[in-house]
Amino acid sequence: MNLSRRDLLKAAFASGLSVALPGLDLRAAERRGDERQKSLIVIWLGGGASQLETWDPHPGTLIGGPTKSIKTKLPGLEIADLYPRVAEQIHELNVIRSLVSKEGDHERGSYLLKTGYRPDPTLIHPSLGAIASHELPNDRVEIPSHISLLGGQYPARGGFLGEMFDAFKIYDPSNGIRNLKARVGDDRQQQRLKALDVVSKSFQAGRRVQVENTLHQLTVERALRMMTSEQLKAFEIDQEPQAIRDAYGDTQFGHGCLAARRLVETGVRAVEVTLMGWDTHANNFTGHETQAKQLDPALAALIHDLKQRDLLASTVVLCIGEFGRTPKINRLEGRDHWPRGFSCLVGGGGLRSGVVIGETDTEPQTEQDANKSTAMPHDPIEVPDLFATILRQLGVEFDKEVLTPIGRPMKFSSGKPIERLMT
Amino acid sequence: MRWKLLLPGGVLLAVIWLVSFVTNQPLKGIATEESARPTANLDESVQKVNSFFAKRWASEDLQPVPMADELTVLRRITLALMGTVPSLEEIRAFEQDSGPDRLQRWTARFLHDRRYTEYFAERLARGFVGVEGGQFIVYRRDRFLNWLSGQLEANRPYPEVVREMIAGNGLWTDEPEVNFVMAGYDDGEGFDKNKLAGRAVRAFLGQRIDCAQCHDHPFDHWKQNEFAGLAAHFGQLKLSPVGVREDGDLKFEVEDRNTLEKKVVEPAVPFGDEWEPAKGTRRERLAAWVTHPENRRLERAIVNRVWGLLFGRSWIEPVDDLPDPPGETIAGPNVEGAKHPKSLKAGEQDLLDLLGADFREHGYDLRRLIEVILASKPFLLESKSEVEDSQRLDRMKEHFAIFPLTRLRPEQIIGSLLQASSLTTIDQNSHLISRFIKLTRSNDFVKEYGDLGENELEDRAGTIPQALLRMNGNLVSETIDAKPFTASGRISQMAPNDETFVELCYLVCLTRRPAAEESNYFLPLLKQVRPNRRGQAVEDLYWTLFNSPEFAWNH
Repeated sequence: MNLSRRDLLKAAFASGLSVALPGLDLRAAERRGDERQKSLIVIWLGGGASQLETWDPHPGTLIGGPTKSIKTKLPGLEIADLYPRVAEQIHELNVIRSLVSKEGDHERGSYLLKTGYRPDPTLIHPSLGAIASHELPNDRVEIPSHISLLGGQYPARGGFLGEMFDAFKIYDPSNGIRNLKARVGDDRQQQRLKALDVVSKSFQAGRRVQVENTLHQLTVERALRMMTSEQLKAFEIDQEPQAIRDAYGDTQFGHGCLAARRLVETGVRAVEVTLMGWDTHANNFTGHETQAKQLDPALAALIHDLKQRDLLASTVVLCIGEFGRTPKINRLEGRDHWPRGFSCLVGGGGLRSGVVIGETDTEPQTEQDANKSTAMPHDPIEVPDLFATILRQLGVEFDKEVLTPIGRPMKFSSGKPIERLMT
Repeated sequence: MRWKLLLPGGVLLAVIWLVSFVTNQPLKGIATEESARPTANLDESVQKVNSFFAKRWASEDLQPVPMADELTVLRRITLALMGTVPSLEEIRAFEQDSGPDRLQRWTARFLHDRRYTEYFAERLARGFVGVEGGQFIVYRRDRFLNWLSGQLEANRPYPEVVREMIAGNGLWTDEPEVNFVMAGYDDGEGFDKNKLAGRAVRAFLGQRIDCAQCHDHPFDHWKQNEFAGLAAHFGQLKLSPVGVREDGDLKFEVEDRNTLEKKVVEPAVPFGDEWEPAKGTRRERLAAWVTHPENRRLERAIVNRVWGLLFGRSWIEPVDDLPDPPGETIAGPNVEGAKHPKSLKAGEQDLLDLLGADFREHGYDLRRLIEVILASKPFLLESKSEVEDSQRLDRMKEHFAIFPLTRLRPEQIIGSLLQASSLTTIDQNSHLISRFIKLTRSNDFVKEYGDLGENELEDRAGTIPQALLRMNGNLVSETIDAKPFTASGRISQMAPNDETFVELCYLVCLTRRPAAEESNYFLPLLKQVRPNRRGQAVEDLYWTLFNSPEFAWNH
């Protein structure tokens, strides 16, 4: 009856094999281009970034505020002038300026933009990264294949695929990973583990099948493998040349993006890097300036770096948050939540590049026009369609129906791929 | 920085909280034998349940496994009722008790313990209001918990408790039961009537009509218009300076999905019209309908939930998506083709009906319901079996011909960890510091271990962060530290010989004695340990026992 359990048993057989193999398969990590399995990096802009101060500026209009625009390497595309370095790289990705949703609350919006489904009181949908690591297992990776860096309030979850597909949360990679070091020296640790084997065996008497089904042993083994894995080096960003570290910026978020690249290189399936602080109900413009100082170098360096290493073709990059911000500027120089007509960047992983989709109203005549709840962008894109696109590009059967633990059939994505973005 | 200004206030709040924590929970004597006797005439009910299972096992061609030993059952009982393993103190007293019906008397005793009312109230609250803290200003989950815990302590008839939650008026601080409706309140949006209707039906009637808010239920008969009629019962809810009240002038409007026109919907119930009184406020009428003695869904839902909380696995899963009561004919045009995938076979008796009727006939006594289930045969069976065929084992579990292995909830893990760090019972009589540590530590640990939320009865495998936390976490390391006042420290100091040393660790952590092969492993190892290293030895053994699957699973 339990899908997740049966699935993990399958994984257990597979990993039973891989325990015997040397942990890190260098060739897999070295593989490039088409030969490489796809990965996903989500840059999560927690709080909801303003489309007007990022990828869809409207300078000189009623709604534009003081934000100016600059040209990018993509002819005809202008973005906010807070992003000079992204402007140099953005042609590698695509811009969608017309995402629409009905969720204007942080929690509900995050749910939709992480899972592709609106919240449902009777089940929890899996996030993009959970689906990817569930559908595209990689036995050679000893560290978790779904990782969330720098937290945020609603980290990506496994939902009905099971908690083991929850993103492994690392709040600050440069501070080390929690609970990863054994509390005692190696000799004592080995002795403890030997004893654990004795006690576990005794419990298994008369419960062999049942205890196997609990996967307790497997989970402990995987935790132990992770504790001593060479692959943890992926988190050691100080191994990188100074020039590269400088390019990402000496911020927590910059470190996170650099770690994301190293993790993907190691074979991790999905990484989420969160940058909080976009919820600018007051002082939207100075707020976005501060944010851009972190996002601009890190995102630009990430794209550049992936490209340099021939990893961009196998890595889908999505830069998105739970919603955009209102065209109307409030009395506190802020912008409020706006789920109708916001922007994202998506590309890599073999997607087309340089496509710009959608347009929000450039010249609303009055403030009322700009804020009418019916105002729809041109060429609106529904969130599920974006998700179907990404899943298909990762090599996941996006419309596959799986049974939830209570036996309810559910597709990974209810949307249709956006053909314009596919090659 | 602005937050610094808040600091004095924060300290003040902390002090107020501490004081109220202490005064709220005065020290109390352990329930005496007098007040904690098993309810009279349990046997007849237990027999009914046992003969139900005898028949079921025969018809399914299943052989129940042998009975478990009583210490194992004691562990199940304390985990189910209080979220912890029994203390060494309790184990000793239990083993010295040679009177008849030992387990039943101890069950009754635990049911009069504050550890039960507090732990069980939290479990039930998850079904009633979920886990979210909500908006502190207008929602006080803590008050709701205290109130519910008080209801359990007073053992009030269940329908009365439900009626107060649905129909209560007043301030969420003075009348904590109104937090049930306040959980559906949002600052910007006001009361979410749909959420409340969905929640009430799921929590109290054990059926999911939430999805009928937007479309008809996939296999049951619920229709959108029936959902709107139920939601309309919350349509006159109003938040006023004196808290929740009913405003007779309010109308409940819904938007037609096709025409986008608003239309007024009057309160209506999807079945059992005759159970709804004509008089009273809308919520009073709904409360009366929900708790009407002929509305079997109420008793079936609570029986299924309590069964689930005691076994870690409900009789019908998921716990709040029950099929319609067997044999009930529902008025209305929508019944055709409605069939739950788990519907009964023809002529089969239903356990929920059996226990539900018994519950109703004995004054809706929750304590008694628990006593009946805990004394019935399925609860007393082994969790071991000679059977190795996975499918057959699954069928045995489905029909409770074996006690199911279930993963302990985070609260049970931390409760057991903390209890195992002390030789005496950590309860209302413990030192305030221990209780304070238990409270604060528990919350942190549950958060890090991963709170299961309100779907806590769903079957889940463990995660790597959980394994890491158990192996290398701060709390585990601190609890096993062999200091003068920790259990491990005292064992290492006081155990007169190696046999006792190992036995005490096993009793405290796993509520059993070591098996022969375990003693054969540990005793020779201990012989080599120098006296000044005994502290280390006990820490290693504790670590091992904490990390064994046996510790983290109910068996």
